[in-house]
Amino acid sequence: MDNLAISLNNLCKSFQGVHAVDNVTLEIEKGELFGLLGPNGAGKSTIIKMLTTMIRPSSGTATVMGHDIIKDNDAVRSCIGVVFQDATLDKKLTGRENLDFHAQLFGLDRDVRCKRIEEVLELLNLRDKADVMVEKYSGGMQRRLAIARGFINHPQVLFLDEPTLGLDAQTRRSIWEYINELNMREEKTIVLTTHYMEEADQLCKRVAIMDHGKIIASDSPQRLKNTIGSDTIILQVKHGCESLLESLSSFSWITALDASDGQITLLVDDAQSRIPQVIIEACMNRATVTSVSVVEPTLEDVFLKFTGRSIREGEEFSDPTKQRWLRRRGP
Amino acid sequence: MRLSFNVVSSIWKRDMLHLSRQKSRILYYLFSPVFLLAFLGLGFRRIDVLPEMNMDYLSYLTPGMMGMTLLTASNSTSFLLLWDREMGFLKEIMVTPTSRLSIILGRASVGITNALIQGLMLLIAGLIMGMKLSGISGILLCLPFIILIASTFIGMGLIIASFIKDTQSFNLAQSFALYPIIFFSGAFYPVDRFPAFIATLAYINPLTYGVDGLRFSLLGVSSFNPALDLGVMTVSCVAMFGLGAYRFEVGGWE
Repeated sequence: MDNLAISLNNLCKSFQGVHAVDNVTLEIEKGELFGLLGPNGAGKSTIIKMLTTMIRPSSGTATVMGHDIIKDNDAVRSCIGVVFQDATLDKKLTGRENLDFHAQLFGLDRDVRCKRIEEVLELLNLRDKADVMVEKYSGGMQRRLAIARGFINHPQVLFLDEPTLGLDAQTRRSIWEYINELNMREEKTIVLTTHYMEEADQLCKRVAIMDHGKIIASDSPQRLKNTIGSDTIILQVKHGCESLLESLSSFSWITALDASDGQITLLVDDAQSRIPQVIIEACMNRATVTSVSVVEPTLEDVFLKFTGRSIREGEEFSDPTKQRWLRRRGP
Repeated sequence: MRLSFNVVSSIWKRDMLHLSRQKSRILYYLFSPVFLLAFLGLGFRRIDVLPEMNMDYLSYLTPGMMGMTLLTASNSTSFLLLWDREMGFLKEIMVTPTSRLSIILGRASVGITNALIQGLMLLIAGLIMGMKLSGISGILLCLPFIILIASTFIGMGLIIASFIKDTQSFNLAQSFALYPIIFFSGAFYPVDRFPAFIATLAYINPLTYGVDGLRFSLLGVSSFNPALDLGVMTVSCVAMFGLGAYRFEVGGWE
């Protein structure tokens, strides 16, 4: 019990009869970098709002660092840091003044404040711009300052609601590095929400996938992807397609195969070790393979497996392999 | 409910930083009272508005205009609070372990400071234009009245803002509420000239006693006993500000 940072017990929240969060039970250990992954409206932000005492749950309980979020909300607020999805900075103040204002709200003394402000500025690489008005900051810098502010009070748990929403790919990656560093260097528990599966995959040590207010799967990204149990190998074949297909169909490690327009798609247990065999088979059948590609499962596939829907509600369907997937999985 | 002086002062400091960077707000504070006073006071100077009071109109008007300035200055407190709420900054404050009482007192300290600055600016403008001060101690004497008037109407603004939580409607509601309060307060001419019905409204209007208190402090003349002015203002300040703070405390501001 002692190494639990957060524990949710049948937590529910409904807005006018709509269940935004539906009976969620979850435990997050100290020092974890935990991700809540799900499409918009899955209830991720609502969970964060409840855990940060901004809204009260309809039913159920939750504790943060052992403090009850309803009864001890002051104690909860003093041991957490929050960076909201639409984090607001005071644009008419400098970065340093923003940090100082918040540090004072946490009741830190002047000496402690000065030291801590330097630390977080250093950590998020904002020292050069510390005395510049926030309205002159770029989007990525503002996000970094918001994260720095969330960290100003040495929180034991930091909540990041969609920390990279609306940022370009490069800035997003740099934010990931900072988040990772905060987790490693300060050994703080970090809980983030995201609807970017790459973000959950690459950044989080453990992920809970949410849909319609429920947690549908929770584990490390790797293990979640392993539940898909198969990789996809795609071969472009010039001729000899039929005979290759026939001989491949006798292998037990190929769980499904499909061919169209000179393209063979195989579902195999482990792509890396099966490719040589596939190539040998192609040579023996005198088939000309022009290219081989491997598609490893993503958290997207995990989401698809559990919900039958894509996380980005259709955006991803332009990818032909994904389309095939859906057909295969269909009843 | 803990009160933290640190939090109150940090909120105050934040707003003073804003003020020091908004040149237009400083100019507005400096010139708007001067314009109003010059327009009304100097315009009516040649007309004997108050034949029975043996007093020039500018002297009579200055405390009234101070009351009006204090009223609008204090109402901007709630406007700024709502603005912070709309921008999402209030949420960032609320998620810290800060008590709501500290937040509201921090905001009130800003409002009182603004009211003091603007009220005294108006007084200075009046003195330059020829208002006759009864004694130099009057300036000190009027300070408690300025603070009481400001706090009362900061409280009223908070009550209104707790029901109307967006800045635009708040501005409408505010002007709807402010004009009768100003007009039925004896700010422009004595309450006893009002028709009986409106005079009754004036007697239940706290600003009437506030302006009368200011007039007593600065000019040495008043319609009521100054002790009554002070008493009424203290009671209305405690009641209004208490209710406003309570409405903030019970929430719905996130």
